[in-house]
Amino acid sequence: MKNSLLARFALNTFWLARYVERADSLARLLEVTETHSRDEHGDQDWQLILEVNGDLARFKSQYGKITAIDVVRFYALDRENPGSLVSTVSYARENARSLRHLISTEMWSQINVMHSNITGLKNKDIQLRRLAGLCATIKEDCQAHSGITEATLYRDQAYHFYWIGKMVERADQASRILDVGFTRSKKLGFTDENAGENLSHWTGLLRAIGGYQAYRRTHPIRLRAEEVTSFILLNDSFPRSVMYCIKEAHEYMVELIEDHGVETAKEALIALEDVKKQLSEADIQKLIDSDLHEFADTLQRQLITFTQKLAEGCFGQS
Amino acid sequence: MNSLKGLLASYNQDQYFCELLGLPDRQSVNPKTLKSIITRLDKLNLKALRKRAKDAERELYNLGITFTVYTDSQAIDRILPFDVIPRVISAQDFDIIDRGVKQRVAAINAFLKDIYHDQKILKDGIVPKQLVLGNENYCKHMEGVDIPGDTYVHICGIDIVRDLDGSFKVLEDNARTPSGVSYVVENRHLMLRTFPDLLKGIGVQRVSDYGMRLYQALADVAPKQAAEDPTIVLLSPGIYNSAYFEHVFIAREMGVPLVEGGDLVTENDTVYMKTTGGLSRVDVIYRRIGDDFLDPETFRKDSMLGVPGLFKAYQKGNVTLANAIGTGVADDKAIYAYMPRIIKYYLDEDAILSNVDTHICGEEDGLKYTLDNIDKLVVKPVGEAGGYGVLVGPRATKAELEQRRIELRDDPSNYISQPVVGLSVCPTLVPNGIEPRHVDLRPFAVTGKNTWVLPGGLTRVALNKGSLIVNSSQGGGSKDTWVLEK
Repeated sequence: MKNSLLARFALNTFWLARYVERADSLARLLEVTETHSRDEHGDQDWQLILEVNGDLARFKSQYGKITAIDVVRFYALDRENPGSLVSTVSYARENARSLRHLISTEMWSQINVMHSNITGLKNKDIQLRRLAGLCATIKEDCQAHSGITEATLYRDQAYHFYWIGKMVERADQASRILDVGFTRSKKLGFTDENAGENLSHWTGLLRAIGGYQAYRRTHPIRLRAEEVTSFILLNDSFPRSVMYCIKEAHEYMVELIEDHGVETAKEALIALEDVKKQLSEADIQKLIDSDLHEFADTLQRQLITFTQKLAEGCFGQS
Repeated sequence: MNSLKGLLASYNQDQYFCELLGLPDRQSVNPKTLKSIITRLDKLNLKALRKRAKDAERELYNLGITFTVYTDSQAIDRILPFDVIPRVISAQDFDIIDRGVKQRVAAINAFLKDIYHDQKILKDGIVPKQLVLGNENYCKHMEGVDIPGDTYVHICGIDIVRDLDGSFKVLEDNARTPSGVSYVVENRHLMLRTFPDLLKGIGVQRVSDYGMRLYQALADVAPKQAAEDPTIVLLSPGIYNSAYFEHVFIAREMGVPLVEGGDLVTENDTVYMKTTGGLSRVDVIYRRIGDDFLDPETFRKDSMLGVPGLFKAYQKGNVTLANAIGTGVADDKAIYAYMPRIIKYYLDEDAILSNVDTHICGEEDGLKYTLDNIDKLVVKPVGEAGGYGVLVGPRATKAELEQRRIELRDDPSNYISQPVVGLSVCPTLVPNGIEPRHVDLRPFAVTGKNTWVLPGGLTRVALNKGSLIVNSSQGGGSKDTWVLEK
């Protein structure tokens, strides 16, 4: 009994992890978009991030024309947008607040300060020339959160839900970042033949997920669409690859059931196995040729199903 | 006292009792300790003191030791202003408070047991029947309900002030869900971090074991059928409640889950919490939710905060609530006036801590006296908390006095009046330097089988010059409270 966890705390730790990870990924996505919009293609790229996140219609009804500064505002400061940095970090803090007596003071205090920094941002702070700096700060804040959590969060059920949430969100976001990069390269007609031109594109994408150096360790010379895609989707050792995250989540789910006796998580585990199966059966060449966006979409939907099953089984939300 | 120099050189306590310096002919803190505190303060200049004060407030904010103020459009987190100069209480003085608070808690519990069972005190005519039975906080559902150890008030906060002569007086009892204890402990932690040099070697009694004491007390009153190691939870209205920080603090200090109404269910008149592995039984609930909101089946139907079926489980003795339901009748400002008689009646003792003279405006004499002397009196509404609606006669305008006269005639039983107490002062850091500001004290008593009083309590300070109102909603702050070792 003493080792059981209140269902709501499972929910809160799961979403705390997800929201911080989401903020981190959004900062990466904004950064990669901003880097690429420095070329002559301009607005084109800013539409892409809206498309990938499924936000295009909402953005247009709210702002009208797509301009870089409005898209940045929409994703950084807009409280009406539940996917903006300010909203995401606020949700993370709300979850942390509910968990406050379970998490370390350092963990709470750091997220509290991060929240007050981000809610204090003004329009002038999100000017394009400052965006890279802002994104870097947010990434650092999110990483500080991860570090403190790793070093102080007690390893019980709560930690399992935390880690599963983080991995699921990271997998979801990696698929989105890949989708953005890939769709853009298609739009611009990049192929492996005109390597010079697309080199910076793939490099930028890998850098966005912090994987350039890791990629280089396994692929010293070439940078090819197929290999980059395979690396981000399927690599077993890169901690931001979709496969890596899903395997981690899977491992923690099994522990939750076997070591902590959370039998009610079994249906969610089955749902996660579907994700794993889809990944293992992925045909990279085929994805590159035609299906990547659909593949990413399916993956994201499968993760939503997983989350629903977990909520029904463990969060008291049947 | 004429040796004051440095920071305190221009400090003038006027006619008031000073918590640090006492009165010219009545020192409270022993001379040796006083000297070390003053010497240490003098080593700091005003600028250094302000810097440390600013650091301390920044830290409170970053740690989220805040209460939330809701305006129309947004929620703002505020800190309770923290004054860096501690309030010091001698061991002898605190001994009076300790004994006085224990006595009062014993009397309150005996009173509540009696009025919900035999009602002897009403039959004997000590307290008017109407005042109790007609009180809106009297809970008829509690009649005949037996609770473990006959402890109704497990957590009690008693507001105490010092008069001009240095004697302690009780201003108010808080027997429902008194708050503020988190600030007592956090203020000490803050002090230890920002002023380790000031505290060193003084010998201050520790406050950090509050959570452990409370846990033990609540375990003592768990239902008989509960396991050796009962399951205790803290029930909070949730993260939007202005006192949420305190709920977090207490749950963490006790090491118990902080639950909300939605986390609990009842089945077969037993309370369970929803865990990841299914339902798990709950034995004791420290609830920070008002009586009305506890159970929509018995009390307010529209309550979203409570647990349907909780009262039935409670009535059957399957769960203990702390505090019990219906304790509000004992801390009512009108019952307060009878407290010395209530103590005498149940314990056959004189009150160790005296009341402030109180005129009950619901009684004809009291109303007349109040109307005739309103410019000299403090007039308080009976049911309000937070310092709202308090009229301080000598400070009020003619129009305010007239307005209150109308209100008094209109609804006399809603008011009591008291003489203005010359509240004691404490050296306090203000924009002009260090000046005296009025303070009160809320010690906390924890009762399971026995009563334990936290050494110290929450010292609230009225930061506005001359103000007697210490509530945070009205410009009040807090101080660390040092009870010296014996």
